[in-house]
Amino acid sequence: MKKLVVILLLAVTGYYLGDSFMDLGKNGPVVETGVKDFYLEKTVSELKVANTITSIIVNFRGFDTLGEVTVLFLAATALGGILYKKRHHVGERSVLFPSSPIVRAGSKLLFPAIVLLGVYVFVHGHLSPGGGFQGGTIVATGFLLMLLAYDNFSVSHNVLSFIESFAGIFFVLFGFAGMWMGGTFLENFLPVGTMNDLFSGGIIPIVYILVGFKVAAELTGLIYTVLNEKET
Amino acid sequence: MMFIILVFFLIILMVGAAIYAIVQKDLLYAVIATGVISLILSALFLLLQAPDVALTEAAIGVALTTIIFIITIRNTVRHEDDFKDRDDLKSAVK
Repeated sequence: MKKLVVILLLAVTGYYLGDSFMDLGKNGPVVETGVKDFYLEKTVSELKVANTITSIIVNFRGFDTLGEVTVLFLAATALGGILYKKRHHVGERSVLFPSSPIVRAGSKLLFPAIVLLGVYVFVHGHLSPGGGFQGGTIVATGFLLMLLAYDNFSVSHNVLSFIESFAGIFFVLFGFAGMWMGGTFLENFLPVGTMNDLFSGGIIPIVYILVGFKVAAELTGLIYTVLNEKET
Repeated sequence: MMFIILVFFLIILMVGAAIYAIVQKDLLYAVIATGVISLILSALFLLLQAPDVALTEAAIGVALTTIIFIITIRNTVRHEDDFKDRDDLKSAVK
């Protein structure tokens, strides 16, 4: 009975999703040349964003980005699920040999610089190459360095999953706020400011900062899970 | 012209590294070779005016994937000849 209800609900949702996706882009501004001219023109005139790729990824194709972030989340969750049984001794990493003092001092020195570079990349995602995904990965690389150099360096899974869920929920909330204010998912509803300013581009920097935090938390958790995997 | 020569040189290096990764029996060297492929690919992306993709490739391909493979090798076996079938692999795992 319960399964029947679930199947029925899924069928209804699938029908409506399919129905609405069939109409997608029918009454939009699609012209004979495709959408590239529309994107290139609107990026400068309406969104005032210097990096066209960012405006496409976060604003025009924001729904796709949500899908990508979900894929990454599912991959991290699946890996954690597979390795979960073996993860009894959290915090006891199996190391072949302890790292040398030079490596320890060097990674302590490099860690803040790497994290700062990652934060710079995702905060300036709308101005320079890069963005949330790239910046988040760079931050995760910094944590990877610390995890490899110090065998007692640990990150809290609770904090990581909190950051992850917080960023994900706020991404979706910003999308729905755009729907509520403007009409489409992730439509810009904040003032765009002047071009090439740090505070410009409406919701694009905010969404990219959220994506950056989410990706950094996910990848750090993934590495931590793999590193702490102990054989029975 | 110089640009095309440079791009082709990098592509040939990439193919060479890929072949090395396949024929190498020491899996650690093979993983390093795949990291080299990602590094050259990221340089190629930069040359072909795609800095966003180059950043992603550099962070994911060179750092994260390589490290995860190295951790896996540390927990299993290093040489390809050390195991012949599944049971052998299971017993080789520490």
